[in-house]
Amino acid sequence: MDMTDMNSAAATSPAGRRQGEVILDLQNISLRFGGVKALTDISFNIREHEVRAIIGPNGAGKSSMLNVINGVYHPQEGRIFFRGEERKKMEPHMAALQGIARTFQNIALFKGMSVLDNIMTGRNLKMKCNLFQQALWLGPALREEIAHREKVEEIVDFLEIQHIRKTPVGALPYGLQKRVDLGRALAMEPQILLLDEPMAGMNVEEKQDMCRFILDISDQFGTTIVLIEHDMGVVMDISDRVVVLDYGKKIGDGTPDEVRNNQDVINAYLGSGH
Amino acid sequence: MAFFIETMLGGLMTGMLYSLVALGFVLIFKASGVFNFAQGAMVLVAALAMARFSEWSNAALGGDSLFLANVIGIIGAGAVMFLVAWAVERFVLRKLVNQEGATLLMVTLGIAYVLEGLGQTFFGSEIYSIDVGMPKDPVIMFEGLFEGGVLINKEDFIAAALAAVLVAGLTVFFQKTAIGRALRAVADDHQAAQSVGIPLNKTWVIVWCVAGLVALVAGIIWGSKMGVQFSLVTVALRALPVVILGGLTSVPGAIVGGLIIGVGEKLSEVYLGPFVGGGIEIWFAYVMALIVLLFRPQGLFGEKIINRV
Amino acid sequence: MFYRENGQFKTSYAADQQIFTIAQDKWFVWGLIAFAALAVPMLADEYMFRAILIPFLVLSLAALGVNLLVGYCGQITLGAGAFMAIGAYAAYNFMVRIDGMPLVLAMLLGGVSAAAFGILFGIPSLRVRGLYLAVATLAAQFLCDWAFLRIGWFTNNSSSGSVSVAKLEMLGWAIDSPTEKYLFCLAFVVVFAFIGKNLTRAAIGRQWMAIRDMDVAAEVIGIRPMFAKLSAFAVSSFFVGVAGALWGFVHLGSWEPAAFSVDRSFQLLFMVIIGGMGSIMGSFFGAAFIVILPIFLNQFLPLLGSLVGVTVSTAGISHAELIIFGSLIIFFLIVEPHGLARLWSIAKQKLRLWPFPH
Repeated sequence: MDMTDMNSAAATSPAGRRQGEVILDLQNISLRFGGVKALTDISFNIREHEVRAIIGPNGAGKSSMLNVINGVYHPQEGRIFFRGEERKKMEPHMAALQGIARTFQNIALFKGMSVLDNIMTGRNLKMKCNLFQQALWLGPALREEIAHREKVEEIVDFLEIQHIRKTPVGALPYGLQKRVDLGRALAMEPQILLLDEPMAGMNVEEKQDMCRFILDISDQFGTTIVLIEHDMGVVMDISDRVVVLDYGKKIGDGTPDEVRNNQDVINAYLGSGH
Repeated sequence: MAFFIETMLGGLMTGMLYSLVALGFVLIFKASGVFNFAQGAMVLVAALAMARFSEWSNAALGGDSLFLANVIGIIGAGAVMFLVAWAVERFVLRKLVNQEGATLLMVTLGIAYVLEGLGQTFFGSEIYSIDVGMPKDPVIMFEGLFEGGVLINKEDFIAAALAAVLVAGLTVFFQKTAIGRALRAVADDHQAAQSVGIPLNKTWVIVWCVAGLVALVAGIIWGSKMGVQFSLVTVALRALPVVILGGLTSVPGAIVGGLIIGVGEKLSEVYLGPFVGGGIEIWFAYVMALIVLLFRPQGLFGEKIINRV
Repeated sequence: MFYRENGQFKTSYAADQQIFTIAQDKWFVWGLIAFAALAVPMLADEYMFRAILIPFLVLSLAALGVNLLVGYCGQITLGAGAFMAIGAYAAYNFMVRIDGMPLVLAMLLGGVSAAAFGILFGIPSLRVRGLYLAVATLAAQFLCDWAFLRIGWFTNNSSSGSVSVAKLEMLGWAIDSPTEKYLFCLAFVVVFAFIGKNLTRAAIGRQWMAIRDMDVAAEVIGIRPMFAKLSAFAVSSFFVGVAGALWGFVHLGSWEPAAFSVDRSFQLLFMVIIGGMGSIMGSFFGAAFIVILPIFLNQFLPLLGSLVGVTVSTAGISHAELIIFGSLIIFFLIVEPHGLARLWSIAKQKLRLWPFPH
């Protein structure tokens, strides 16, 4: 790793970003699949408006952590507080209702639908018309559809994907699919946005674009962002605080600078003996 | 009591036939992730081929040697099943690698139709008989235990023994032979198996052949009991709940599930049927499968289904 | 040349959200409906109505219902015949048990009953999918087969086991002649096709497709799988149930449970596969194809046989039918999973550019 580059990155670290109250607090989370321990006794919190990164080697439990946050997995032990209130065991759609959105490591778009429709599904929770109104497509249903279409077009503009809005997502190149995935999550107007390796498999230019979008989201909408990423340069650049996992355990937590100088973290990444 | 035991034994015999068909389902599902709706059609085609080949060779031999005619029949039917396996792999499965389960399921419905049509075009659509020299006379057993004893067909005993041998043979084949290992590897992970040099296509042909042979055995037993006719294809629909009950990936599950459903069906028909107007057999197996689906979707012996993100 | 959207500029999202965004499409569909309603009754003879047009319309409606579930929501069903049966028998019971029950209302209530059972048998879909779900829907099929055969109440204790509706009448209009029956069915089909189209392009349709394409992601963005799946089962069964009532009342007149056997379920599924999964238009193509093919083979095969000097028996024709259906299903699943509807849209695409190749 290029140390000079990382130092300059630290200098531009967005310390000026507003950091609010703790919005999500995870306490002593443990998750097992049968006999396999995916997460062991992990505690950390997420503050409003910050960019929080989760890093760690492959198999460290990063994706499992996100899945715990948005209710796909249910930890056997531990407590989760959302805005100070303890969260009971919940299904993913309830997490969505609380304003937690996410993107996926292996893009999980609805590949039979167009870009517009994919992003429109993100508006789903906000659409109130019943089945009969939708069946007739008159009055309220039509008005609602148009109103949400306008919102979606704002997102399309924001992500600069106007030219592909009617293309089926299956036909899009990888980088654009990632962008649509982000757009769908944004359409939910989330309070917390979970990004699972948003830059994996991208080239440098695409990464730059994606970084710009993430920072813009944070700046313009004040969305809290939780990010898993392997590219250390990116992580150190854009995140406010970093939590480091290894083998399902937390080995470091702090600002990018603190984490970079943490001996455990260095060992985990470079092997002990350094 | 004797009547109860007779009913139960009758159920076990039917159940064994379900097990044989279910076994075909399980074999193919394990190796290729395909749920083969065409298993019933394969039973029909195998039985038709067997019946007609032995009939024709019997006529050609002048009716001298039933044994020889049957051997020719079995060889002929085996060849037909091989052809089916090869064609299915070559023209269908090869082109659908990595497709979703639902697509594969529907494609086997298509295969079933083609097989039913072709089988009847070549071998005719009348009712034919298979005579492999099974003894038809019933015996009376347990006379000392119950008054009048229990009436059992000798044929059924032989059939049961045959099925047991088949299952034992298959188990050895899967556990002890190199091909069996390859099959299990393919079942686990197509790509990983391919990367260590296991030929996917050949393995599929083999497993469809094995399923074809199982279908042939089921066809012979069923055919010699009740004649070979088109209604054999409905066996697949009757045996479908068996694999749900036993678990889709479990050979013992297919056997036990078949027996449970065979017995349950008969007993409920005899003892509950009169109260609801009869005909319970039509849905008994399906309702059991429905209950299993709601409470234990992986079946009695199946592996737990875990969805990962 | 004529089929082009040049010069049709949309200035609002409303204009962009219409059913037919290209004006020619709109005129084509309205023209087709007008042709079916006005010209066809003058052109077709009684045989055409009875053997082709009415079965085609009713089965299109049923296929449309199956398509909503299988094509749009990705939930396989092998029990569509059962829901047709429920629709037919429920409508029948509403007719015979309630005096002065209007025909159309009875049919819609039949659909509602089918929808209720659709939800019931859709419950396993919350836990299982694919094959497992196919088994659950087959359970519905066999239970219905049995119930309508054995439980006298459903058939109003008819001694022969078959039931019939005496007179079809709507607001004083007696639906007797084949032409009238045809128009009656046509009205249902047009209305339901538009409802289907609206649902599939609205929020609910997007929920269904989201569940179909990637259920975990759908749940994560807040779609409740239970609501999405069960609503698909309900709406689909409603369509299928109404089609069942039409099939019994209008097409058959009097019927037995065998009219809605498991073969009917398979047939409907095949219509959807061949016509095009996830396409309203495709349901019509599939139904047309499957209604017409056997008739065509019946005429054509003996002719072909006599040319080469072979007599083709009826059995031979039915075997050929099986082989052709089976091959087509395999063909479409391998080569064109979106069926005939896809070929149609490719043709439209070409026409847009014609006479230029690109």
